[in-house]
Amino acid sequence: MKIAVIKYNSGNVQSVLYALQRLGANAELTDDPEVIRAADKVIFPGQGEASTAMRYLKERKLDQVISDIKQPFLGVCLGLQLLCEHSEENDTECLGIFPVKVKRFVPENSQEFKVPHVGWNELENLADNLLLKDLPANPFVYYVHSFYAELSDLTIAQTHYIHDFSAMLHRDNYYAIQAHPEKSGLVGEKLLANFLSL
Amino acid sequence: MLTKRIIPCLDIKDGRTVKGVNFVELRDAGDPVELAKIYSDEGADELVFLDITATVDKRKTLADLVTKVAKAINIPFTVGGGISTVEDVKFLLNAGADKISINSAAVHNPQIINEMAAEFGSQCIVVAIDTRNIDGIDFVHTHGGRKATLLKTQAWAQEVCDRGAGEILLTSMDHDGTKAGFSNELLAEISSALPIPVIASGGAGTMAHFRDVFTFGKADAALAASIFHFKEIPIPELKGYLGNEGVSIRK
Repeated sequence: MKIAVIKYNSGNVQSVLYALQRLGANAELTDDPEVIRAADKVIFPGQGEASTAMRYLKERKLDQVISDIKQPFLGVCLGLQLLCEHSEENDTECLGIFPVKVKRFVPENSQEFKVPHVGWNELENLADNLLLKDLPANPFVYYVHSFYAELSDLTIAQTHYIHDFSAMLHRDNYYAIQAHPEKSGLVGEKLLANFLSL
Repeated sequence: MLTKRIIPCLDIKDGRTVKGVNFVELRDAGDPVELAKIYSDEGADELVFLDITATVDKRKTLADLVTKVAKAINIPFTVGGGISTVEDVKFLLNAGADKISINSAAVHNPQIINEMAAEFGSQCIVVAIDTRNIDGIDFVHTHGGRKATLLKTQAWAQEVCDRGAGEILLTSMDHDGTKAGFSNELLAEISSALPIPVIASGGAGTMAHFRDVFTFGKADAALAASIFHFKEIPIPELKGYLGNEGVSIRK
């Protein structure tokens, strides 16, 4: 099985590659449209700032490659946000795969809720979805983010921080998770393994 | 619900763990990768590696270690010790670290916090602050707590936050090594004043100390070393206790 991990100007994709290696999968880090189109599975990791990342993708025409892709596709963290319609982070038009808006966490009480949302939090209201197969009830995943996707019909798991938000989204061949599965212990490994089995 | 984090800290010298470790399962008590794996399997929420050699020529050894750890464990980890430039940070993040921690370098050149946060994002920049109370006032110390500065701890914490630090690791030199509990008053003051997470360090001795630092101390995470290394407090037991005490914790 060929797995392409999309290379762009985002931080620490190395840990995604290591997580895939632990599952026995060999992934290639690439920004070559041909390699991405020919892969069996595509992973779109991310960490960083939305507008810079979108500009980078457009300059390399990777936005079109991502929009046209037919094989199972997984966006992670910033990857989830870029698959949405629009992000409040520097007022950025994103890829629009999910008709969902990305907003900044605004705590009413900064003593109780800090931003970024850092640490382990629960996935709740899990949908009957292949990506969530055989997960324990309300599993914990590791988060580091200041922006979140709103709840929508495409939400397949939600998390509560300040309010409920889309922890995971799914439409057609596109899947996305806001947390970092590569850093989420056995739960994260199971999520990645489920994606590889799609 | 977002949970409070339990963070074991491993001191590293020349690529090996130092200070005593007392794990019967370990084949080699000095191997940081093996120790990291055990903590990760036991339910530690994160790990911190503190390089106490931290000289330039040892950097390569540290980067190799960071890569081995990143390949072996599936929880986040922070690397600190002697990091002073944007290049240092890039080197360690590329090697596989999730976050880096800076301390003395930030005091000497505060602008470096802005530069690192702009380059890599606040989420991976932890500023460690060593503090000691002198005649009722909390002052920042550097060089592993040996050198006093004129910076007041509360003001410095606010400044590093404003400059883009993603988290603060606050070590009370007055409490460190005493096993008499964390510096809850100071922690609560700083954690309440700042919009970013605060990791408490120094003074852990009993399970009740962890409960207190999360409730009275308002800490978002608590770090400890020897009580974990010597199995005085096993992590699964600590987490069971905190859960029973009503602290939100990852099981």
